[in-house]
Amino acid sequence: MPLPGEPLRPIDHSAVGSGAILTRMDVALTTRNEAEMIASILGGDPERYHELIRPYERHVYRMALSFVKNEADAEDVAQEAFLKAFHHLASFRGQAKFSTWLISIALNEARSRLRLQSAVRMESLDEGPGEDGQISPALLRDWREIPSQALERKEVRAMVRAAIENLSPIYREVVILRDMEELSIEETAAMLTISTASVKVRLHRARIMLQKVLAPQLKSSAPQRRWFPWS
Amino acid sequence: MVIECKHVWDHLSGYLDSSLPADTRALVQKHLEHCEICSAILDSTRNILILTADDRVFEFPVGFSERLHARLNEEFHRDTGK
Ligand SMILES: [Zn+2]
Repeated sequence: MPLPGEPLRPIDHSAVGSGAILTRMDVALTTRNEAEMIASILGGDPERYHELIRPYERHVYRMALSFVKNEADAEDVAQEAFLKAFHHLASFRGQAKFSTWLISIALNEARSRLRLQSAVRMESLDEGPGEDGQISPALLRDWREIPSQALERKEVRAMVRAAIENLSPIYREVVILRDMEELSIEETAAMLTISTASVKVRLHRARIMLQKVLAPQLKSSAPQRRWFPWS
Repeated sequence: MVIECKHVWDHLSGYLDSSLPADTRALVQKHLEHCEICSAILDSTRNILILTADDRVFEFPVGFSERLHARLNEEFHRDTGK
């Protein structure tokens, strides 16, 4: 976090502590031969599928949960996605990383579950607040709390979760893929079958919406003693 | 050329992703250097990105893995039993 007067640097996603998912996945991949695992699963040893998917369980579950919003449904969606991936494993040709392929299956599973849910509620899948106009961020003095410390508080985790869940689906998807799963803009666009320009616009709006909702809540929940002394 | 706060806000996401064209980035950068409001917005947005990327936000349920692998085993045995 920059000090006043220090040049502001762009975020380095790879340096975001425990959130560096794909970086960690990539590290895992260097010590795992996934192509070999997949070949032996397809060759008649399904037991190796357990080993293949273990590093991705959390990601698939988290993606499901941010869509369907309750734990039981999320677990169900995640299980279905893993079963589907198993049954379609022969169609994985190594054109993408296995993790990316798996995430796209989980995305489709979560989307179709969400469509079932919202068919009941008649919620539009495309409209979000401020879709046409500019979304203004919350104006406040700097919130200086260290994010990793803030997350030690249960209510902060709940706030962040609720804010992501309350985004409308088109915004939630880009946040999940880009900011949670840390795919690139291009990978996000490919997975959602939209242009990179659309990804950028949606991402921008989603991030400003999250800032607008979360910054005031986080600031008011922050204990004074955890603030940096200069604020 | 000087840009207004409102226009800076349009570029925050691109700024955080380092995806702005060099001239736009320079304008935004210059504005941020002496605008406390926009700097605060940028910092809070950056913090929020760090929060959303954190694994702890969406907690992993106890027993998830065991239930998943048990279900997979059922599926494997169902398939081989055919
Ligand atoms: Zn400004």
